[in-house]
Amino acid sequence: MSQAISPEAVDALLPEVADLIVTALNLDMSPAEIEADAPLFGDGLGLDSIDVLEIALVISKKYGFQLKSDNQDNVRIFSSLRALATHIASQRTQ
Amino acid sequence: MNRLPLLAGDDLAAVFAWRPEGPVSVGDYLADVHALAERLPATGHLLNLCHDRYRFAVGFAAGLLRGMTSLQPSSQSPETFRRLAADFPDLVALCDDPVETPELSRFDFPLLVRGRSTPTIPQIAVDHLAAILFTSGSTGLPQAQKKTWGKLVLNGRAGAQALGLDRRPHVLVGTVPVQHSYGFESTFLLALHGGCPFWSGKPFYPQDIASTLAAVPQPRLLVTTPFHLSALLAAGIDLPAVDLLLSATAPLSTKLATEAETRTGAPLLEIYGSTESGQLASRRTTDGATWTLLPGVRLEQDGDHTLACAGHVEGRVALSDVIELLPDGRFLLHGRHADLINIAGKRTSLAYLNHQLAAVPGVADGAFFLPDEESPDGITRLAAFVVAPGLTARQITVVLRQRIEAIFLPRPLVLVDELPRNSTGKLPRSGLQTLYAEHVERAGHGRS
Repeated sequence: MSQAISPEAVDALLPEVADLIVTALNLDMSPAEIEADAPLFGDGLGLDSIDVLEIALVISKKYGFQLKSDNQDNVRIFSSLRALATHIASQRTQ
Repeated sequence: MNRLPLLAGDDLAAVFAWRPEGPVSVGDYLADVHALAERLPATGHLLNLCHDRYRFAVGFAAGLLRGMTSLQPSSQSPETFRRLAADFPDLVALCDDPVETPELSRFDFPLLVRGRSTPTIPQIAVDHLAAILFTSGSTGLPQAQKKTWGKLVLNGRAGAQALGLDRRPHVLVGTVPVQHSYGFESTFLLALHGGCPFWSGKPFYPQDIASTLAAVPQPRLLVTTPFHLSALLAAGIDLPAVDLLLSATAPLSTKLATEAETRTGAPLLEIYGSTESGQLASRRTTDGATWTLLPGVRLEQDGDHTLACAGHVEGRVALSDVIELLPDGRFLLHGRHADLINIAGKRTSLAYLNHQLAAVPGVADGAFFLPDEESPDGITRLAAFVVAPGLTARQITVVLRQRIEAIFLPRPLVLVDELPRNSTGKLPRSGLQTLYAEHVERAGHGRS
């Protein structure tokens, strides 16, 4: 799938992906507390590379595609909830 | 003065490393090392932050040629960098990534022009202090583990012999960073003194690991951890042929080892060691619990304590594990002393973490707590209970992030009115266990 993803489609996916993150990582917060544009790493949620692999596994099962890092940039698509949802929307096969 | 060569082989045409653009020969590597050595400021101490394993290898050797010592901290937090810069005022940080390191005097990895002359294999003095690897000490100050060049050479040779790589070199694909002790020994030293070419990158996602393995010639050795291995197998993707699997940093369950061997057809070997002692022993996990010492290494016991010495071990190193010695250089591990923790292969102590927590302005009292493990091969996160009137959990976490690795950040960080200290001020684990159970109970109800 390479067609442009509408912002509405990404917005619609946000709650689902937020729920996936909180469940996969057993975070002590509600999915609604994850801000769509706040960084998931660093001063945002403070995720680390272990979390990224955990989330990647759940994404591959749920949306039917494998994450790949181009240019060794493991965290680009994890820069925010919205970036992650956009990536999923563009790559999902199921 | 006694000297040993930078690398074991003398065939300059042999492949030293594989990069995305193709192989790099030993001769090309040596030419790059000499070219970098001419430009590197020789200041005494080199903080080699290169992500690319090949650039790290060039930087390390160029530093050796300039008489420098490689500093290899266990964390890359701003606090760690600040302390290193204070302790080693002459430190130069070699970087191949535009990471923000305002605390450091940086030298960006330059574009290298290889000279035309045939490079020679440098000889390095065996007593040169080649590297200092740091472990987090229980007082909050990092402990420096000094490694001389002679010991590092023995270390690489012993590792290669234990894995059979001296007879049949493999191409190394590592999912672990080259600066930390496991990656340093099992990718870099094995390349120099085990004759194994290595992949320059550090594949991360399961699909990356599969693609990388497919991109290098056989025989292939995957240098990884229980966590990465578990993720790789769980992804359920097709794996290219792999000839040997290596795991270290955390205990590996027999179940995962069996699954890995069944899926790949490759033997899985595990390494036991510590940053202080270097790698000490190996075993094939599916063959049983017994470990076999690396060539040259000896274990000695003094009461309850076990010390490693001889071979590539620097001095006599007290080990933090309870060990039962068996005949013929074999032994069994019976767990770890209580204060030490290991999360996803990163080691620290509760005392260190509590020291960092207490140093956060506004924190009156606080304690980290490691819950009992829920499943083998999984990652158990720390919790923390903190007395900090006027602060939110979020505010405390933001400051903690400056001081400790993200992997050790507490989940959850629970604010309490007081800690369950006993009359002598001690904090029994049972008290924290109760607090934790109460919190989990509350959180469970709140979320339903």
